[in-house]
Parts: sequence; structure tokens; C-alpha cells
Amino acid sequence: MSDVSLTVNGKRVSGSAEDRTLLVHFLREHLGLTGTHVGCDTSQCGACVVHVDGRAVKSCSMLAIQASGSTVVTIEGLANGADLHPVQAAFKEHHGLQCGFCTPGMIMTATDMIARHPEGLDEPTVRAELEGNICRCTGYHNIVKAILAASETMSKGAKGKAKQAA
Amino acid sequence: MGIEGVGARVARKEDKRFITGGGRYVDDMAVPGMKHAVFVRSPHAHAEIKKIDVKKAQAMPGVIGVLTGKELKADGIGNLICGWMIHSKDGSPMKMGAWSPLAVDKVRYVGDAVVIVVADTKGQARDAAEAVEITYKELKAVVDATKAIQPGAPQIHAESDNNLIFDWEIGDAKATDAAIKAAAHVTRMKIVNNRLVPNAMEPRAALGHYDKAEDHYTCWTTSQNPHVARLVMSAFYNVAPENKLRVIAPDVGGGFGSKIYIYPEEIVCLWASKKTGVPVKWVADRTESFLSDAHGRDHVSTVEMAFDRDNRIIGLKVDTIANLGAYMSLFSSCVPTYLYATLLSGQYDIPAIHANVRTVYTNTAPVDAYRGAGRPEATYLLERTMETAARELGVSPAELRRRNFIKSFPHQTPVIMNYDAGDYNASLDAAMKAADYAGFTKRRADAGKQGKLRGIGMSCYIEACGIAPSAAVGSLGAGVGLWESAEVRVNAVGTIEVLTGSHSHGQGHETTFAQLVNQRLGVPIDSVSIVHGDTDKVQMGMGTYGSRSGAVGMSAVSKALDKVEAKAKKIAAHLLEADEGDIVIENGEVKVAGTDKSLPWFQVALAAYTAHNLPAGMEPGLKETAFYDPANFTFPAGCYICEVEIDPETGVTEIVQFVAADDFGNIINPMIVEGQVHGGIAQGVGQALLEGAHYDGGGQLLTASYMDYTMPRAGDLPSFKVSTSNTPCPSNPLGIKGCGEAGAIGSPPAVINAITDALGIVDIAMPASPSTVWSAIRAKKH
Repeated sequence: MSDVSLTVNGKRVSGSAEDRTLLVHFLREHLGLTGTHVGCDTSQCGACVVHVDGRAVKSCSMLAIQASGSTVVTIEGLANGADLHPVQAAFKEHHGLQCGFCTPGMIMTATDMIARHPEGLDEPTVRAELEGNICRCTGYHNIVKAILAASETMSKGAKGKAKQAA
Repeated sequence: MGIEGVGARVARKEDKRFITGGGRYVDDMAVPGMKHAVFVRSPHAHAEIKKIDVKKAQAMPGVIGVLTGKELKADGIGNLICGWMIHSKDGSPMKMGAWSPLAVDKVRYVGDAVVIVVADTKGQARDAAEAVEITYKELKAVVDATKAIQPGAPQIHAESDNNLIFDWEIGDAKATDAAIKAAAHVTRMKIVNNRLVPNAMEPRAALGHYDKAEDHYTCWTTSQNPHVARLVMSAFYNVAPENKLRVIAPDVGGGFGSKIYIYPEEIVCLWASKKTGVPVKWVADRTESFLSDAHGRDHVSTVEMAFDRDNRIIGLKVDTIANLGAYMSLFSSCVPTYLYATLLSGQYDIPAIHANVRTVYTNTAPVDAYRGAGRPEATYLLERTMETAARELGVSPAELRRRNFIKSFPHQTPVIMNYDAGDYNASLDAAMKAADYAGFTKRRADAGKQGKLRGIGMSCYIEACGIAPSAAVGSLGAGVGLWESAEVRVNAVGTIEVLTGSHSHGQGHETTFAQLVNQRLGVPIDSVSIVHGDTDKVQMGMGTYGSRSGAVGMSAVSKALDKVEAKAKKIAAHLLEADEGDIVIENGEVKVAGTDKSLPWFQVALAAYTAHNLPAGMEPGLKETAFYDPANFTFPAGCYICEVEIDPETGVTEIVQFVAADDFGNIINPMIVEGQVHGGIAQGVGQALLEGAHYDGGGQLLTASYMDYTMPRAGDLPSFKVSTSNTPCPSNPLGIKGCGEAGAIGSPPAVINAITDALGIVDIAMPASPSTVWSAIRAKKH
């Protein structure tokens, strides 16, 4: 058993877990954050993507103990109170989800993707960067649409803020 | 159409919880005292079980119970069954081999469940599972259905000689043979429909909880039809009487057919909960899902399509061998028969059809319905043959189809179905226009200059949804009725709960069913809640599969709304001192037509519950139930066009455009319908280009993870061009045909027709992976 302590969605949390416990299981079973899902055993599906220290990580490919000391954001921590994150709002508006199982991972991946591309995104880039996330329901059509729309909204928002600051 | 009514593009009500991590799937459930289960599964495709020794496993840390099939049988738990009786053409019933939820004497496929281990943690259960010692005597295995029916093949079940389950036929053999004999041209093909794994993103799971004090069971499970699960587990598997068993299918992460069936694991978890005295949860690993979920397709067929001198089809003869795997899954028998051969007329006027279908046991996972179920196999066979015929006859694929289209309705086919409405030219025209079919020759030439091979292919599909009426399917062997139920509960303050036997696992019922209520009563969709997926809350229902929720489930809601409206009108007429016939319900108000007299909806509801002033003799309350049994199947149809560009150096196929023109009848929410089509196309393109379940000769599944089974990724697909036309369905009150499966049905032949067009070859195996395409190019050169 190992002690694990980390910051999750802005809160300091700690617990004791078997050494073999994966981060995803620590989040789901120890912290009750069941929004992060497990869809495969081989780190292919991406249903478990969370942000660790600001980067998208498949939480099934990391031990809980490895994440100790890190700052983690899960799907539950993405919205700002009652206000949806622009990526969440875009997935709803553009019907970027059906059964919802891959959705948390998709949204966390998309948020990271948009942050890494401040210059903006195009369809081929979005499709290529979704390589690590599998969806069986949507055929990706509306997921791609949602991510492009969110990217646009967020870049407008960022420009607006920059203007305000200036 | 109001902004939230029928036809409106309303964003989904259920999305809020899914995009914020608030979805509640079975694996998210926790019950006090809950423990974790792991199944020990057969590593052999075919073997006798000589000995099971659980002593070591029982002594492992955290282990609560290690249970075997012998104990399960001793407690009277029954064998799994197939619920649709098919008789062979000689009149004998299908040969159903025994399927124990935990294997007792013999295992018949890799993944067959043998022992359940229950422990404090999943890790401990997994460790203990490895310590269970099972002695097997390996037997020869057979995985290919065409080999399994050869004399001398390994015998899988004592109940069936040569692994033949049934040898069934439909249609008129004599007339068809005569047509072929008299034909000016006959196109002959061998058609293989590759085996697929459905792969809902949420793996199957079950949580069984036996409450000793109440002598009552609760099962949370990943089901598309919780009521059917309860019925089957009670009536056939002896788990518990229906009144002592509650089945809950909460949020379910996709189904595509694979979650219709009642599998061994939910039965065993319920039984193990009683046996061990703790709630028992099992969640499949992905590899476990690959091994033990029901697979789809796996047909090998020969086809002869006969034409007269005017290129009209005069006969169609089909011989199919369908692999049903090691055991007969719940609906496995109807898929290659009544869901397949009855659609062999396609969109065409064919006077004579005969199909012979043999179903076969093999040492592979059970095969059952997967998105489309039989209809993709029929469509692939027909549309590949039409394409080949057009090339052989030297006419354009569109022209050959147009010549043979059914143009007047109703149309009785020679294989049971009576098509009620359609306009196949309209879909074909729309698709060809959207695809700029006329401009293809130039695009092909341009691609050629870049060293690329371009091809175009079309597919005109028809499917049958909303399988019904119950009496008809009963006469064909179905063990259940295929109606649906609904209860509309108007609360005293006017808000509404709709209880439906349909189950949403991605389809968006919480929105579309509420849109129907909005259309009828004018109340906002936020004041309408859709309740489903719990046998304690919802009256008996049949669940969601076969694109039936709109056509059948919503029609039941519509019928219940009729009754609610009728009673509300009576109450309002009484309160407003008006004639009942003059009352109309509009925009959340109950009005006397042509006057300014009205009551808000909630006041009528309140009056129903205060019961202070109701018409004489009227019962209080405003709550109505309806059961709806459709008059006929529905017949969605459409035309899909795929254009591909192939790199001859690498064999990589790029889909440069994909067009879908569908006729789904009336549509409740176009956004959701488009989403269903997108997803269906992705699965169909997956079948054509990427996906294939492969067993080696010894019965090991070689494609049992996402490292080995190629799921379509975003980069494998284009954005799709989709559109709809509408000939309303006359067989249900809403004019709905259903849209859930069309994409997966219509797309594979369009893709393969495009690839064979690009390469100038007759056929290529699915999946047409880069290596397969590259090999085909090489073979053609040499």
C-alpha cells in the first residue's frame, strides 16, 4: 500500500492505495469521481483522459502513486460552477455525444488540443489529434464539429480578454 | 412545429449529465458491502472439463467465494435459451444445445465462463482467479461454419448432428429455378459477410444484490431491454420469480444489439450474491468483451440473380451458411432467417425468390444481432450483386436499379414483407445530386493524373424496423410479443412523467419523447421527464433494438396521450361549461375553440387531482397507460454513395466523400436522426475497411483488443453528407419509420462497390484493409 496525495479539481485529497492501483481507479473508486471511464485495457480508447499538471493524460496508463503531488483536473472539475466550459457547451450544441461513455475523455482531450493550438484548428488536425479517442456512436462527425466550434469560441474569448487587458 | 415540438432540432436534455461527468453507468454504482467478481474463462476453444480445484483460490487474500457450474446447477439455475423457434424445411425444430451459465462438463469457445471468483477487490479476485486449477482434455476445434458442417468435423453439441442447427428455406424454389433457366443473363457471386464485434464503448457489467430480509433480488445491468431480462431470468433461468427480481439498466454506454441478450454473467452475479451473502459486481475487461459479447454477421452465401432481355430481375436464388458460434444466443435464430431472407427483395420488384439458410455451431463466441441484424447481410448480398450485374450487362448501376425499383405501394414481395410506402427514385436522385455523380468522370481523371485510383459505388438499401405485429412474429416463432407500452403521468401541478418500455442507450429518448409531449400539449420539454430502464418504475416493456423506439415506443406514448387528452378535455369542458367537442389543447392551454375561454394546463391537472369539481362519475387523477402493437413492420430505405481514392503504392483507401439520402418517414428531431446516420455509417465503413474478428484454426481469437481489432478512428472517416426525404409510414400514428440501423446497413456495399470500381475488379474481401487492397492490385497486375 502507498500513500497518495494530490490536488484534484482544486481540492487537496489523499488516500492509501495498493501499489498497482491506476490513477483512473484511484479517481473512480477512492474519490468517487466516476465521470472518468474505463473502456479498454490497452490505453487505446481514451475514455479515461484527465489533465495531469495541465496536460491530457490517459489515467489508465499511470499509477496513482506516480500522480502523487500532481494537480489533476477531471471532467467533474471542468465547468466553472454552473457555467459549462465552452467545450462542454459545444458538445451539447452540436450533438457531439450519444451514449456519453467516451464523452468525458473526448472533452478532456479536446480541451487540451485547443489549448495546444492557440493558432486555431482545422478539420484534418482535429481528426488526426483524436487518434487516441474512440467513439462508437457518433461517427466523429459532430465531435469534430463541436471541437472546431469550441476552438473558435475560445479564441474569440481570448482575443476579447486580450483587448480588455490592453 | 413549435421550437420544442416534433421536427425541431432541440439540443438534448440528457447531455448535461454526460458532459459534466454525472452519467451513472453500472460500473459507477456502489452498494454497501459490495464485492467484486472475476470470471475464470476457458482458454480452450473445445475441451472436456475433467476437474476443477478451487481450494488454493479460496485461501487467497480477500476471497469470499469461488463458485462452479456444478453448484449453480444444484441450485436449479437453468440453461440459457434462444427465444425464437425456427423449424427446418423437413419440419424438425432447431437443435438447441445446452448452454449452462457456468460450463459444467465441456467448454465450447475461448471465453466460455467456468468459475466465478468473488473477493474484496477486483485485484484480489483476479489473483484468485489465476489460482483456480482446471484440468481440461482438449478436443479438436472448428471455427469456420462451412467446415463445421462437413462430415467428420468436431461435434460441438450432442443435440446437433454435424453442427447443423437448422436447414431452413423461404420462397418458391421451383419458380426461382425456372426463372434462372429462362434468363437472358444470370449474375453469380459468392458473398462473404465478415464477422464483427459490436464494441459498445461501455463494456458489459452486472451488479447482483440479494436482499435476504426481503428475499428479493436487484440486478443493475448493461441492458437494452431490462424487462425482457427480468422475464427471461425468471421464466427460463429460475433466478427468481418476476415479483422478486428488479432489473435496472441505468445509463448504458451504447448497445448496437450486443446488450439485448441475457448473458451468463448477470445470472451468475445474482445467484452468487445469494450464495455469498454480499452484493456482487462484475465489469468486463475489453478483452473479455471481445471474447464473450455476442458477435455479428459471419455469413457465407452464393447468389444467382436472373435477368430478362430488358434487364429486369426475374429471379433471385440465395444459399447462405450462417455461423452462430458455440451456443444459440437469445435471438440468434431469427437474424439469418426472418431478419435477413425476408429483405432479399431489396428495393426491387422481383417475382421469384428462394433462399436456403443453414445455421451452424462452431467453437467461437455466440453470434447474434448487431446493428442491422440480417438486413446488412441481405443488403450487402443484393447490392454487391446489382453492381456486378450492371458491369456485366454494360448498364450504369443507377439505371439498372431504377429499372427494377418498386414504384407502387403497397407492394407484396415473394418473401413475406409487404412494403407500405417509399420513393426509391427520390433517394437515388438526391444522393446522386449530393455526390455530383455527373462530375465523377472528371474527378477520376484528375486523380489518375496524381497516380491515384478513384472509384464510386452506390447502394440502395431497404430495411424492416419495428418488427411486428406480435401475432405475426409469434406465428413465425418469436417467444415474445413485440409491442411497446407507455404511461403518461400528469402530476397535479401539470408537469409530466412519461414511463416507457423503450430504453435509451445513446438514442436521446429523454429529448425526443418529450418533444412529442410538447407537440401534443404545448408544455415545455423541461417539465416533461422520461422514465425508463427500471422494472420497478416502468410497466412491462420490450426495450430498444431494431430501430423500434420511435415507431413503436413513441406510438405507445402517442396512444397514452390520446387518452390523457380525452380526459383533460372532459374535465375542461365541465369546468368551462362548454361542449367537449369544442375543447382544444394548444400551447399549454385548454381552450374553447373560437372563444376567449381557456384554462392553463396545470389547472386542468390540478382539478383532476383535487377532484372537487369533476364531471359526474369520473375517477380522479390524470394518468393513462397504453400498449401499442403495430400493424406492420416499417420500411426505411435510402441510397448511399461512396467515393474512394486509393493509393496503389500502399493500398490505403481514403473515403473522399460519403453521401447518405434516407427516407425515415416523419422525423422528431433531425439533429438526433443525423447523428444516428453518422454513427451507423461509421460502423458500416468500419466493416468494409477496418473491422474483422479473426479466429485462428485452433479457435483463439486473434483480434481481442483495440491493438488488434481496428476500430474506426476520426482520421479514418470524412464528414458525411446526409439528407432525408419523407414518405410517411402509414402503419403507425406518427408516420415514423426508424433510423438507428440504416447507416450500418446501407454503407458496406457502397464502400466495396467503390473500391472494386477503382481497382477494376469483381470482388474484394471485407475488411478491405491496405494489405488486402495492395494484394488485389498486385494480383491484377500479374
